[in-house]
Amino acid sequence: MKTIVGLEIHVQLATRTKLFCGCSTDYRDDEPNTHCCPVCLGLPGALPRLNRKAVEYGLKVAKALDMRVPEESEFARKNYFYPDLPKAYQITQYDKPLAVEGTVEIEDDEGHEKIVRITRVHLEEDPGRLVHVAGASKYSLVDYNRSGIPLLEIVTEPDMRSPQEARRFLNKLRTILEYLGVFDGDREGSLRVDANISLEGSERVEVKNISSYKGVEKALTFEVTRQKNLLRRGQTVTRETRHFMEGRGITTSARGKEEEHDYRYFPEPDLRPLRVADRVAEIDLPELPVARKNRFMAQYGISLNHARTLTGDPKLADFFEAVAGVDPVLAATWVADTLLGELNYRDMSIAAVPADRIAELLDLLKSETITDKAGVQVLREMLDACAAGKPCEPPAVIVEREGLARATGGEFTPIVQAVIAANPQAVEDYRTGKKGALNFLVGQVMKETRGRADPRELGRIVSECLDTGGV
Amino acid sequence: MAGTLQFSPDDRYNAFITTCREAPFGDGALAGTAVAVKDNISTAGIRTTCASRILESYVPPYDAHVVGLLREKGAAIVGKTNMDEFGMGTTTETSAFGPTRNPADPSRVPGGSSGGSAAAVAAGLVPMALGTDTGGSIRCPAAFCGIVGLKPTYGRVSRYGLVAYANSLEQIGPMARTVEDVSRLMSVIARYDPHDSTMLDRPYDHQPSAEIKGLRVGIPEEYFGEGVDPRVAGTVRDAIGVLEELGAETVPVSIPGMRHALAAYYVICTSEASSNLARFDGVRYGPAVDTRKSWHEAYQDLRLELFGTEVRRRIMLGTFALSAGYAGRYYAKAQVARRNIKEDFERAFCDADVIAGPTMPTVAFRLGEKTDPLSMYLSDILTVPANLAGIPAISVPCGRVDGLPVGLQLMGRQFEDERVVDAAFAYEQEVRA
Repeated sequence: MKTIVGLEIHVQLATRTKLFCGCSTDYRDDEPNTHCCPVCLGLPGALPRLNRKAVEYGLKVAKALDMRVPEESEFARKNYFYPDLPKAYQITQYDKPLAVEGTVEIEDDEGHEKIVRITRVHLEEDPGRLVHVAGASKYSLVDYNRSGIPLLEIVTEPDMRSPQEARRFLNKLRTILEYLGVFDGDREGSLRVDANISLEGSERVEVKNISSYKGVEKALTFEVTRQKNLLRRGQTVTRETRHFMEGRGITTSARGKEEEHDYRYFPEPDLRPLRVADRVAEIDLPELPVARKNRFMAQYGISLNHARTLTGDPKLADFFEAVAGVDPVLAATWVADTLLGELNYRDMSIAAVPADRIAELLDLLKSETITDKAGVQVLREMLDACAAGKPCEPPAVIVEREGLARATGGEFTPIVQAVIAANPQAVEDYRTGKKGALNFLVGQVMKETRGRADPRELGRIVSECLDTGGV
Repeated sequence: MAGTLQFSPDDRYNAFITTCREAPFGDGALAGTAVAVKDNISTAGIRTTCASRILESYVPPYDAHVVGLLREKGAAIVGKTNMDEFGMGTTTETSAFGPTRNPADPSRVPGGSSGGSAAAVAAGLVPMALGTDTGGSIRCPAAFCGIVGLKPTYGRVSRYGLVAYANSLEQIGPMARTVEDVSRLMSVIARYDPHDSTMLDRPYDHQPSAEIKGLRVGIPEEYFGEGVDPRVAGTVRDAIGVLEELGAETVPVSIPGMRHALAAYYVICTSEASSNLARFDGVRYGPAVDTRKSWHEAYQDLRLELFGTEVRRRIMLGTFALSAGYAGRYYAKAQVARRNIKEDFERAFCDADVIAGPTMPTVAFRLGEKTDPLSMYLSDILTVPANLAGIPAISVPCGRVDGLPVGLQLMGRQFEDERVVDAAFAYEQEVRA
């Protein structure tokens, strides 16, 4: 049974001021209702004034997604009553969106490239936020700091075929937005998703307001199972809106009838139609993920996988380029595999890592001053220091202090000899042709030398000793 | 010289909702001049009720752009004038604060919806006042009360701070006893405001001139046809004769789209009103009530209780006109009709520099005379076209019928407010002399 997924993504544009007034959008850590004016409070008589930057950002996204920008787009009012909506209508774009018909390339479940079509993008304002005081309070509070925050809604065609594809699409989209500098992924609620999902031949279900990438995959996976089970039991899937309960990983039905709306859209009389199609040509796009990935492979000779990983986040890609001078292939392995793994484990951001220190570490590795294993140890010490907010020592200092410099052959001959002497059974196994025995012995020596020796070199020495019987 | 103006008028016509007994003023072109402001224009620190119970105690934290300009030029804001609730009416009888009476005959209405401003000026309580005109709301009371009122070109005066009723139609405009004062007030309020995106930077800075030799005055047959009191039509024709004596020439023009004007107007203004007034939910505005019900039931109850009949009628009409399945039949068609009228005017202005006709088809009604909303709506027929087309229109007193004032209406091309002011000024100077 084919799964069909389409997404509507609300992206918070990283403008300094709100969509229709001059209030600051950065209300993090500030008291409720401190970033408000007559416009975003919807006071009688206040009029919206369109933020140019938001339009520019929207056009940037449109261009990056290869979209068509019509000659004229228009703002409309979406009328509905809700306590967080100060004007009782939301200014959005309806039948004349900012841009239409775009594409995003992703990997499908078989690892092939595939195209997800973008239906439209349009600008709209966020409403306020209701705060329900804990306990059985008789009232709710409204915070209008978010009222008027600019959102770009991106709507896809139902082109995704699995929850995993949906997640890959979102990751890809987020990367593009970050490259464009129009989006701050670290802000709470900066990307919110409504997902439409159906199994081929049955009704479509909309899961509303999912606020994380993982959440989208989880919600969709839950829906696939739920809908399949319904059909297996001979029941039908009802067309409805469902909420995703992040904590429990399930979706629940929103009461169908009360959610039905007639939004009574009509053109916003307080704003003129937008004529911006001819501005698109002037927009300079930065190098986008696909182009950067291809350049990384060509310029640095690194693998597709490494290039993909490194360009998945513009900050990571910049970091790589800052340290690639030492040896691009070595740098790619260390940044994409080792460093990224360590960062994920620590939940640390690449921004916290000093590139120059990592370049020094790569120098030590390239000159074979230390082994890979010792390198990991040094890296961990450096990251621990960064995470603790301490100054990051030069890796050479750490190597010196910890005595991690690569040992030379002569230094560990006695250790090899001791290990051979202590493991007669392994020596016997080696002699009878069991190759694993050599690895065991090398491992024992590695343990004794605390990773200061190169395993390949050690292997050569150990087998030499065994073969010549030079015990 | 800056100072404070004492203002305790004998408000026997109920022209004011709020008066400011001690009105501060500054220096400038209007230093110390008492100006009354219609109560749908926001004034920081002075309540702005729109003549509605739902805004009875609303005190805006900010000044409308025009109010800021008035203060800058030294005017003393002496009070907020009565009006039809949210501007919805032709008689000022729908005010939650009781009707205003016409100083020309207290048994009659002053016209609406800027009836309070017109009465305050006509009664001599203030020399000038601001009104707002959505479908004739400045010109109608000006005509009924025998004063001058100008609806400026749409986009020439900032609407920032005007509590919206029908955004795409309404403009703030000056009202006074003479054309010269109307022009003076217009010079103060018509200044660019970036907060209003529908505005163009076309400041008004004009001294009226009575020289109208060669002015081509278009006479639309529709303005003298069915429904227009023949005596009113005759009075207005006489006034046009005065313009001819002054050297103007008359040309016949036609606005065929007129027959759909009222229908289009009422669909558009009620549609916009249904959206604009939705924010008045009785929670953020209106008396605090603990209804102990769900929020949407609370909204419903409070809106029923706090909005007057006419307001609820128009909200219902607009909600219906915009709703799914009907928007194409009503709202979209109204927009087409509106475009047609605009084009009619453009054609007419190829042959004429200004268009002249009566402001209102009759003289002022008696209080309580119009009980049927439809017949009330019909009396807007001559004023509404200018709002649909966004063009400037002025009403200037041009005689009396049954002892009641009649208004001559002069309409001009977009942004030719100066020209209609001059034509009105020429007429006024001639008949006063």
